[in-house]
Amino acid sequence: MVRLADLQDADRDNMLKKIPLLPRFTGGHWVRGPKLAARRVAIVSTAGLHTRGDKPFGAGGMDYRVIPGNVSAGDLVMSHMSVNYDRSGFQEDWNVAFPLDRLRELARDKIIGAAAAFHYSFMGAVSPVTNYATKAAELAKLLHDDKVDAVLLSPV
Amino acid sequence: MREHTATLAPPRALWVPFMLGRPFGVPNDAAFQRKVLLAALRLLEQDSGPVLEDFPEDAPAGKLTPPPESLVCPVSFPKMKTEGTLAERLLDEVAQLQAWHAVAARHRSRTTLGVTGLQLADVANYLSAWLGANPPPPYRSDLSPGEALKHACDELKAFYYEAKSVQPGTHSSESLQNWFWSETAGGVALREIRSAAAKSAEPSIKAVAMQSLIPRAVEGLVLQR
Repeated sequence: MVRLADLQDADRDNMLKKIPLLPRFTGGHWVRGPKLAARRVAIVSTAGLHTRGDKPFGAGGMDYRVIPGNVSAGDLVMSHMSVNYDRSGFQEDWNVAFPLDRLRELARDKIIGAAAAFHYSFMGAVSPVTNYATKAAELAKLLHDDKVDAVLLSPV
Repeated sequence: MREHTATLAPPRALWVPFMLGRPFGVPNDAAFQRKVLLAALRLLEQDSGPVLEDFPEDAPAGKLTPPPESLVCPVSFPKMKTEGTLAERLLDEVAQLQAWHAVAARHRSRTTLGVTGLQLADVANYLSAWLGANPPPPYRSDLSPGEALKHACDELKAFYYEAKSVQPGTHSSESLQNWFWSETAGGVALREIRSAAAKSAEPSIKAVAMQSLIPRAVEGLVLQR
């Protein structure tokens, strides 16, 4: 998302510094599944989202929050520790960061099989990204138990 | 970032050319958001990979949807005062913006406030105490002092942004940011609080002050003035 050229110098420099620290996926990760119209899709965001009243995210947190599939826009808040991205879009329309209305419409129109019973959010920007491995494996089991077979990973 | 995704080489990725914070492009444009979402989900039907696809369109417009002309607020929109202490000016400004925020919450049928668990007046009181000689203790026990400060600052800023969104005229991410940091006592207060927090002996407060209170883009603008 976003072009490096669109960022101000300080933001661009910060982003470029992270590239050498990134791991690389290696073989064995390509999996085929059913047609999109048969998939049960969950959103996993890294926008630091949670329902109002849930514990806010904290510095360096690698945990995640569970977002019920019947959540309404008025119940979802954002507590990401980063200050370096736009929040006015989310304030105006949650779908710009968490497109649950759009996902529900795709299910209604039978373009996907169903939206999952639960969605999830981490707070991204913790480095190295491999620190999320333990919690990601835990979350994968929850997704499996909900019979989810497609995940939309959405950053901010 | 396309460069980061190319380095990671995940099985399927859609790169989008939208500003940070808006991965589905633009608020209140369901057709465009659906197009982005479908482009990502269609990657599931690719036969081989890894695949890194570029979304071919820029977001339609950077402007936030203007409020309807019929929307009226019973009080005028406040200008930044120059008299009084900064704490007094902050509390006065917050009080004046409450009516605008109420209009915004009705217009959008929601607010994003509520992260701290405090009423907004209590957020303002907590932050105004930061402008005095003794920083206040955190307002809840399950947050570090730095996290409590960070979330209170973000909640105050969200209140200002939401209140401003229903003032007549068109608004954008950039115009809201410029207004808050340049034209409000709230923006001045957060800069003062950051300066105080940067001198704290409490590690969580110092870390938040150095990294999480003022956007790098805004720091650049301040330094250039």
